[in-house]
Amino acid sequence: MNSIETKDVHLYYGDFHALKGISMAMKKNQVTAFIGPSGCGKSTYLRCFNRMNDLIDGVRIEGEILIDEVDINNKNILVDDLRKHVGMVFQKPNPFPKSIFENVAYGLRVNGTKDKTLIEERVEKSLRQAALWEEVKDKLKKSAFELSGGQQQRLCIARALAIEPSVLLMDEPASALDPISTAKIEELIYELKENYTIVIVTHNMQQAGRVSDSTAFFYLGELVEYAKTKTLFTSPKDQRTQNYITGRFG
Amino acid sequence: MKRYFHNFGERVIEGVLTISGTVTSLTVLLIVFFLFKEGLGIFNQSPVAEGSAIVVNNQNPVKELSAKELKEIFDQNITNWKQVGGQDAPIKLFRIDDITDYYTEEQIGKDFEYLPQRLSEVVAKEPTIVAFFPEQYLAKDFQGHRINLENISVSEFLGGTEWYPTIQPAVQMGVLPLILGTLWVSLGAILIALPLGLATSIYLAEIADKRVRNLLKPVIELLAGIPSVVYGFFGLVVIVPLIQDLFGLPVGETALAGSIILGIMALPTIISVSEDAMRTTPRAMKEASLALGATKWQTIYKVVVPYSMSGISTAAILGIGRAIGETMAVLMVTGNASVIPHTFLAPVRTIPATIAAELGEAPQGGMHYQALFALGCILFLMTLIINLSVDFVSAKRKANR
Repeated sequence: MNSIETKDVHLYYGDFHALKGISMAMKKNQVTAFIGPSGCGKSTYLRCFNRMNDLIDGVRIEGEILIDEVDINNKNILVDDLRKHVGMVFQKPNPFPKSIFENVAYGLRVNGTKDKTLIEERVEKSLRQAALWEEVKDKLKKSAFELSGGQQQRLCIARALAIEPSVLLMDEPASALDPISTAKIEELIYELKENYTIVIVTHNMQQAGRVSDSTAFFYLGELVEYAKTKTLFTSPKDQRTQNYITGRFG
Repeated sequence: MKRYFHNFGERVIEGVLTISGTVTSLTVLLIVFFLFKEGLGIFNQSPVAEGSAIVVNNQNPVKELSAKELKEIFDQNITNWKQVGGQDAPIKLFRIDDITDYYTEEQIGKDFEYLPQRLSEVVAKEPTIVAFFPEQYLAKDFQGHRINLENISVSEFLGGTEWYPTIQPAVQMGVLPLILGTLWVSLGAILIALPLGLATSIYLAEIADKRVRNLLKPVIELLAGIPSVVYGFFGLVVIVPLIQDLFGLPVGETALAGSIILGIMALPTIISVSEDAMRTTPRAMKEASLALGATKWQTIYKVVVPYSMSGISTAAILGIGRAIGETMAVLMVTGNASVIPHTFLAPVRTIPATIAAELGEAPQGGMHYQALFALGCILFLMTLIINLSVDFVSAKRKANR
């Protein structure tokens, strides 16, 4: 079953044609990785799925994006509701200047959850899912800024999980982290796919190889090749993919 | 050779920069020193109006009075010597004009040549008298003793509720109404300016599109460039009558008028400082909030405002600082009555307005003059505290990043 499906998506930043007719489908409870050199449009494409591009002036999107078979660019879709359904983890850890607890509870609170016990349960559950509970359970009231970079990023994952989205978008979630933290995040992604559809943008091809089920290679705003990760890395069909994964450019 | 000149030039520039820094610092120190030297002089002076003498009968055990007691005596609020530590006897007041009740013009003399002697006789004759007359009529062999007035004490100066710096026989230098008036008007100003300024800066930082922002920001900053006397004039012509009509007051020159004018004057500072603070909120943090399904408004009040809280506090404190020191506009619209404020709809008098209004008529080196400098010291300390708290808040802000 497809969780996300796009049909001929074009995106323009003013006059710049950033995404050129991308059609692809991402399966439920799978990890899909987007790879490609900088500026190839993979992050832009990812940000279409929770309409983060709405924040940028002069962006125009054509084509159809379906998430769980709903057209997310439909006028009747409230963008806030969409984002509750499609969580996102950013490149750099970006906790709020609040306590650890409040960071995770934020999504629930802005969605109007008042029930204290429910919030506490959900915070604990999310922190456990993000493999952070054991490290922070005694200092939930402390500022999130006191955590290390890797812990902060797992906190941001917990924060995204707390509102129980069905899709989790990750925009280079480990690029600002050290190898040990990266390994932890990757392990986490592997565990999370049981319950979530995960789309991850990465610069790191080894990472894509380790965590993803399918991989899409983007180049200059085009989807060049999309296949099972193993297939893409061992026998790419396109010469550009071949060049990129063997390190000839990028 | 070229190199030599190059080095020489460098050194000259360095020297000029060092000298400018030193001169500036010294000037500041000099001003502060001058202010305090003049201001603290007030505490070494007796509050008797200059060139005057206050005398009592030799039998009277009272040797010293405070300025306040003396004023109460001459206002006939204190009528018995018992109340000021003397014997149980009613106080008899004597001013120089009263001499005609005792002696004829001939006895005093055509050119008042016998006046000192006559005064001496009156005081000797009346055991319960207190006499107040110019020092020049104090005879050498005067029958009676002069009353010493206690020097003005710090607590009397700061805690006194009456500001009559030129009244006779004893000046009243209580600055409490002026301090409270200043704070009162500033408080009102900040209550008006902070919500308005905050709303405007949120609008500019988060909601307005670029074109509107580029148009509005310079206009708001233009407000800061309008001379304060123009604000005062505007207040006098527009706001004062408006308040008068709106609240049905006998006069519209009130603390409220001052607060409104000062609030408008503090707006540009508050808006630009807090808007800058809000714009430093990392985009990533706002995106994180939006990505969690928060609306724009939720993001503003749950993320942007808390993140820029110290910047907003700095803006508020700077705004208060602007309001406290402002002179001209306040002088023009607040009515300048030196009473302790208890409502926004009554006239008040602020420290800067007092200094500006009275310094011209205070003889240099006199008590009144020194009292005004002491007021300047108080104002200086107030603004110093404000500046220190700005430093404190912004240091905290840096530490939080």
